[in-house]
Amino acid sequence: MSAILIAIAAAVCVVSGIPALLGPRGSRSACALSTTVLILGSLIGLTGVVLGLTGGVTALTARWTIPGAALHIRVDALSAFFAAPVFVLAAVGALFGEGYWPADSLRAGYVRAFYGVLAGGLAIVMVAQNTILFLVAWEVVAVSSFFVVVTVDENENVRRAAWLYLIASHVATLALFALVAVMHDVTGTWELTRFPAGTGATGAGAAIFWLALIGFGIKAGLMPFHVWLPGAHAGAPSHVSAIMSGVVIKMGVYGIVRVLTLFGRPPAWFGGVLLIFGIVSSILGVAFALAQHDLKRLLAYHSIENIGIIVTGLGLGVVAGAQGMPAIAFLGYAGALLHVWNHSLFKALLFLGAGSAIHATGTREIDRMGGLAKRMPWTAAGFLVGAVAICGLPPLNGFVSEWLIYIGSFASTQRLAGGWTDLALIVVAPALAVTGALALACFVKAFGAVFLGEPRTSEAADAHEATASMRAAMLPLVVGCFAIGLLPAVIAPAVERAAVVAGAMRGTIVASLMPVQTFALVLTAVLAVAVAGLWAKVRRAPRRLTWDCGYAAPTPRMQYTSSSFARGLVAFFAWAMPPVKHEPKALPLFPAHASLETHVPDTVLDRALLPAAERVRRFLFISRHVQSGRMQTYLVYIAATLVILLVWSAQ
Amino acid sequence: MIALQLLLVVAFSPLLLGVINRTKAIVAGRRGQPLLQAYYDILRLLRRGTVLSSTTTIVFLIGPVVAIVVGLAASLMLPLTGRTAPIAFTGDVLVFVYVFALSRFFTTSAALDTGSAFEGMGAAREVTFACLAEPALLLGMVALTRLSHSLSLTRLISVGGAEWRTASAALVLIVASWFIVLLAENSRVPFDDPNTHLELTMIHEVMVLDHSGPAFALVLYGAAVKLFVFTALIAIMITPRVGNAAADAALILAGVLVIGIIIGLVESAMARLRLVRVPQLLITATLISAFAVVLVLK
Repeated sequence: MSAILIAIAAAVCVVSGIPALLGPRGSRSACALSTTVLILGSLIGLTGVVLGLTGGVTALTARWTIPGAALHIRVDALSAFFAAPVFVLAAVGALFGEGYWPADSLRAGYVRAFYGVLAGGLAIVMVAQNTILFLVAWEVVAVSSFFVVVTVDENENVRRAAWLYLIASHVATLALFALVAVMHDVTGTWELTRFPAGTGATGAGAAIFWLALIGFGIKAGLMPFHVWLPGAHAGAPSHVSAIMSGVVIKMGVYGIVRVLTLFGRPPAWFGGVLLIFGIVSSILGVAFALAQHDLKRLLAYHSIENIGIIVTGLGLGVVAGAQGMPAIAFLGYAGALLHVWNHSLFKALLFLGAGSAIHATGTREIDRMGGLAKRMPWTAAGFLVGAVAICGLPPLNGFVSEWLIYIGSFASTQRLAGGWTDLALIVVAPALAVTGALALACFVKAFGAVFLGEPRTSEAADAHEATASMRAAMLPLVVGCFAIGLLPAVIAPAVERAAVVAGAMRGTIVASLMPVQTFALVLTAVLAVAVAGLWAKVRRAPRRLTWDCGYAAPTPRMQYTSSSFARGLVAFFAWAMPPVKHEPKALPLFPAHASLETHVPDTVLDRALLPAAERVRRFLFISRHVQSGRMQTYLVYIAATLVILLVWSAQ
Repeated sequence: MIALQLLLVVAFSPLLLGVINRTKAIVAGRRGQPLLQAYYDILRLLRRGTVLSSTTTIVFLIGPVVAIVVGLAASLMLPLTGRTAPIAFTGDVLVFVYVFALSRFFTTSAALDTGSAFEGMGAAREVTFACLAEPALLLGMVALTRLSHSLSLTRLISVGGAEWRTASAALVLIVASWFIVLLAENSRVPFDDPNTHLELTMIHEVMVLDHSGPAFALVLYGAAVKLFVFTALIAIMITPRVGNAAADAALILAGVLVIGIIIGLVESAMARLRLVRVPQLLITATLISAFAVVLVLK
């Protein structure tokens, strides 16, 4: 039943954009109809997800004319687990889009059409059992997400980011073609089936692992394959960024997990490699995020960080599983999977909140906002919940998944045998600690500079609260963050079922989450009562200017900027991300105009890939002489080729 | 049990500040403020009125509340009587670390809420130094996990004679590293000078410039509780147990006072470090903890 429901839901999502696309231009009812259809489709899909997470495995097969291919989908707990955020985010994103990208704005039908195709394709990726069907759905997602990212193609930055995304997507697809070919070679079938025992130790097994890591890693935004991610996520409309960051990059994670399950018990070195990529992505992802001035780029880099945490959890699971520590391995898998859900919830919440702030102020620059909490209190509250959650702080959901990975890594250090994979395990705890502390710095900076203090520009001062549909879209995400944070033991059975499939092992986390749940509930209750008490006591207190050593006329420009706030930490990471500074060389005696500008380019993209690509392009310039564009020259080429072939065949 | 331990922490925490100040006064040849000055300050502030900055939102008030609630919650995870702590479960070490992070999030946000450049500067320093102090704390916990085969703070820090005999080098390193963390997390010399009068050089004090009345009392109390919790964390490791709850509690509190005196001596003996030097000291603490991990792994 779950397979049928998810298939129907995917089909409904794909066609949901038709009314908006074909209806009269600017028609509000057509757009509202599209959104309603998409939300209904998502609800059907969520029903299927719930059945898939609670019941047994279901499948649906239909013949397909392409050789080797079959319309074969199969819903087990792992697929259902990854499909859940697809439907949740598709629905809330569409609802947000009604206010954020209304019917009378640019290309309203176009956005809704490709958004629906994207959502439907995503659902199929998570449940496809046939590799050809998987690749087709993968490509549908890649192309449709390219079209929504490039919506505002008048903007040159958006065009560049979208092209980069398209290229990166197709490099990933290329790796997946090779992956599917090798997998077919090993199993002899185009279906996703277990590899023969011992494949992990063979060259083919290693090839499968590396191809999966590169192909899926590009999509997931794992460092150093993340180059496309910041630009594409920043350039897309905000509700699209939410779904891109919340679920599109999760297809990469799903792919890695799914391929690992095919190995049965993957060798320890797979896990060691995952740990290294995970730790590097999490620390450097958040370091780059700290250096951003653009709110959406900042959030995009945080996706790299969170994918790093997820992959670290997976690595922990693989290593511990291979070393005969199933209880610890289960913690790793469960933590990683729960973080998939958590990241979808709080990252979507943050992108929607950021979208509202950008909508209200007309800028993405953090230092041109400020004081928005007074002007848009609902949005500020939603963003604050997302910020606390993404920092992994109790009592919200981010803490629960990080806690599982943490105690897994702590427990593993009690029984380490030696070897480099075990050393990588020891680094997990301090690496997560640094990541967490940096994320906290980054979100205090973002929340503080955008929502607190005084407005830094007149646009920020005139900001207005987001529309009802935009605020309504944030509500389910806030509820989700609180629900998983306060009642982790209640949702744990769903995570356990998915982790059982992912790690091919039994285990439980409900019992260990019970005290965390009690603690979170009591802490929240005490905090709520105490804050309400203090508020009641000082609510009527007189209001005066902020203390500035007796200065009576402070201006908003005297506030600490977000760049100053992050400066110390950015300087600390200058070895990995050298900042670029434009400052006046020497100032005259009485300087009238002076400007200072700093930004931190992406090290991999701007300092390695683009210069390398430029060099390749220059080298290939040589071939331009061959292409003269004159018919006679081409005739000479043809004649010369014929002569050469004649001589060659005569021998 | 919970109520008794809470009462103990609430009643005892401000005394530690008095001990530190008295030590500094004696070394400097002054008589110093009364031992109970912190209690007087808090009581007086609770009765005082409040002035709020017109820039602030409710976040400004959440900061002080979270600081004190979190400090008390964390203190309940400490085995202050030598028995299992009132809150003890597998993995509570990480809850212990992360509730303090929650407090940091809201105290620094409250500072930014005022829109003051000074307070923004203090908040920036606070979050920056925490990034370096946190790995030192956690690496120490990793080493203790390996030693105690437990993930609960009670077992983790209740190291007895057996551990001190077999792994004394690692334990000394952890205590040293955590003492540096204690000074950094509680804004003591050499990281911050609680007595300074120049806003530009402060960290913790500058973040609370705009708080007044009951909210400021909570800030002071929260800081006292946090100092007590970090001091007790080390005191529990280094004091012996006799098996009687009252006697063990007395020993641990005596240990806390001794560490308070040591903090006073450190503050008398050295000046605040230049801000650029602070990360170096914190990285040293992390490395000391890392060495402790290496020692217990062998």
